[in-house]
Amino acid sequence: MQITSPDFKDNARIALQDVGLQKALGNVKTGFPHKRAAAIARLPEFEQLRDEARDLKNHIIEHLDLYLEAFEAKVLENGGHVHWCRTADEARQTILKICQDKQARTVTKGKSMVTEEINLNEYLEANGVTPVETDLGEYILQLRGEHPSHIIAPAIHLNLEDVSETFHAHHHKPKSMDPAVLMQEAREELRTKFVAADVGITGANFLVAETGSSIIVTNEGNGDLTQTLPKTHIVVTSIEKVVPTLEDMTLFLRLLARSATGQEFTVYNTLSTGPRRPGDQDGPEDYHVVLVDNGRSDMIASELREMLRCIRCAACMNHCPVYGAIGGHSYGWVYPGPMGSVLTPQMIGIEQAALLPNASTFCGKCESVCPVRIPLPKLMRHWRRDEFEKHLTPGAARWGLGVWSFVARRPALYRQLTRIGSRVLRSLAGKKGRISKLPLASGWTDGREMPAPSGKTFMQQWQEQQKARQSS
Amino acid sequence: MKPNNNPPVIGLFITCLADLYRPEVGFATIKLLEQAGCRVEVPEQQTCCGQPAFNSGDFSTSADIARQTIAALDGYAYVVAPSGSCISMLHHYPELFDDQDPWKARAESLKARAYEITSFLVDVLHAELPNQPYSGTVTYHDSCSGLRELGIKQQPRQLLAQLEGVELKEMEESETCCGFGGTFCVKYPDISNRMVSNKTDNIVNAGAKTLLGGDLGCLLNMAGKLQRQGHAVEVRHVVEVLAGMTDQPALGETQSSIKAG
Repeated sequence: MQITSPDFKDNARIALQDVGLQKALGNVKTGFPHKRAAAIARLPEFEQLRDEARDLKNHIIEHLDLYLEAFEAKVLENGGHVHWCRTADEARQTILKICQDKQARTVTKGKSMVTEEINLNEYLEANGVTPVETDLGEYILQLRGEHPSHIIAPAIHLNLEDVSETFHAHHHKPKSMDPAVLMQEAREELRTKFVAADVGITGANFLVAETGSSIIVTNEGNGDLTQTLPKTHIVVTSIEKVVPTLEDMTLFLRLLARSATGQEFTVYNTLSTGPRRPGDQDGPEDYHVVLVDNGRSDMIASELREMLRCIRCAACMNHCPVYGAIGGHSYGWVYPGPMGSVLTPQMIGIEQAALLPNASTFCGKCESVCPVRIPLPKLMRHWRRDEFEKHLTPGAARWGLGVWSFVARRPALYRQLTRIGSRVLRSLAGKKGRISKLPLASGWTDGREMPAPSGKTFMQQWQEQQKARQSS
Repeated sequence: MKPNNNPPVIGLFITCLADLYRPEVGFATIKLLEQAGCRVEVPEQQTCCGQPAFNSGDFSTSADIARQTIAALDGYAYVVAPSGSCISMLHHYPELFDDQDPWKARAESLKARAYEITSFLVDVLHAELPNQPYSGTVTYHDSCSGLRELGIKQQPRQLLAQLEGVELKEMEESETCCGFGGTFCVKYPDISNRMVSNKTDNIVNAGAKTLLGGDLGCLLNMAGKLQRQGHAVEVRHVVEVLAGMTDQPALGETQSSIKAG
């Protein structure tokens, strides 16, 4: 997909004026956070589970090689295949090769952000393999030629009218505004594709080292059909998804569903353990796991290490006031919101993505809801530091910061300049208590008044009082 | 005032915004501390806490300012500021120094002594406020740093509840960011503007006469937006009400009796 992160500000401006998008975003704000809060209220040990999950993830990251190799050994034992891919390109080629070996013409796909990350669909299409998205949201987006704007609710930026029009244009059926009718249409369209597909590709929410299983959680059941009907099942996932045991997996499932959608448990929790065994009623003949690194092992040795705890629940973006104002597409690449503002610079480079970690007030809401307690503001600040130290900060901002820091390190000079500043701002306000237009501060005064100071700084008044006290 | 022969000496960290924009906040803070039996000094060598540099990724300047601030605030039993945001920044100082650096221990010491004013009054002093003549309805915005980094939520409400004339009318989403975010509001004015508009909707819907909060950055942002939109809600720092110092005009308001210079 095309990267538009460098245009973040323009993207955001357009998004703020997009009436339909703003309506759709209203649903994010009222939907997910309220449901999450209600679900957590019903689970008194939730905070304790967050601590356990954080500690367990830290342990896994510390021993990632061990658990991945244990997982691989089990998959092989079960008769499956494991492919280690350092880069997005290696992953794409590996997946295409499997499809070509099977002479696949169509592949069905369950929802997977890692396949977005490696830009799989375009690559498969360019090489003669047709991918069919089967998650309802992803299916709608594929028809529209769009990418997800949210990591668990990919079409959250759309309204019912949009879906109705898209289906009408592609399904050649009477236009309907009834969600049940639209759902049925999609179901009929997809059913034939499920059966016809040569390969099914899914992601994985977790990999279980103990058993060599992959698990996907969905609310539609499309993933089950994707991974059981075709003869070949390819799991495309990233290396940090591994957990030691099934028991550990359940800890994360409890946190994931509540943090993501406010459900106690996701509707379908489907484990895949190798290909079909003799006597199994269904399942693929071939089972492949494509393990994507794509910069993650570099993160282990960096300050971004804590980001590898992420379980992709989307609570950070559901609660982010910036995401809530502009939606996911504004961020200009695969992962939006706070988690994306940390991951995207790692994956496409800080040069292209610097506006993302800056687009936060550091209100800390994301960190406060993260089920694995990732300090997202701290990690965004890490990128700001990287940007500053690489001299990528825009000239005007760097100059302003330079002047300010020169003054802030010289208290006597600072005192004099703030005295002048207070007087100047006071006089600019005239008889009003505020300034409506201020040169060099239009970013402030275009949208709001600037309350004016009283004309004397606190320090000035305090010193005058102290002198008066001493002389009296 | 309680008689106290050995009152704790507080170093007031005035904060750059209170110093420049709202000196009354400094005097109200001093009054509250003195009422509670403290002696207050204002160290000369302080400027800003350094948060603009820290959040812009300039850690070298942040460390310079941290050393200057740590030195200025040395020796005080407690350091108190009328801002959760600036106190949070003081709490970040230890991150700026390596473990071997002697400044690290000094930064830790400052962190242990540094409090936001309402938290200090409630959590440390367990202060009982003298009643104030102020009467009216107020709504309270929870500023992000104070709320999430320092756990300040009930403290200002407990203090306001001690004043007979104050009626608190909570707004919806009082914990949602107002869109100030320091340099964020000028770097991303469009997004900030939307966030503060959402906030002012909630403020106006609360139906209170006065908006209170504990951080001037947020208060200037919300006051500026309310005034641009033509709303009559007045905006004050919570200490002004707690100290009974509401004679002066609210933020962005004016009185003919107050003259420049």
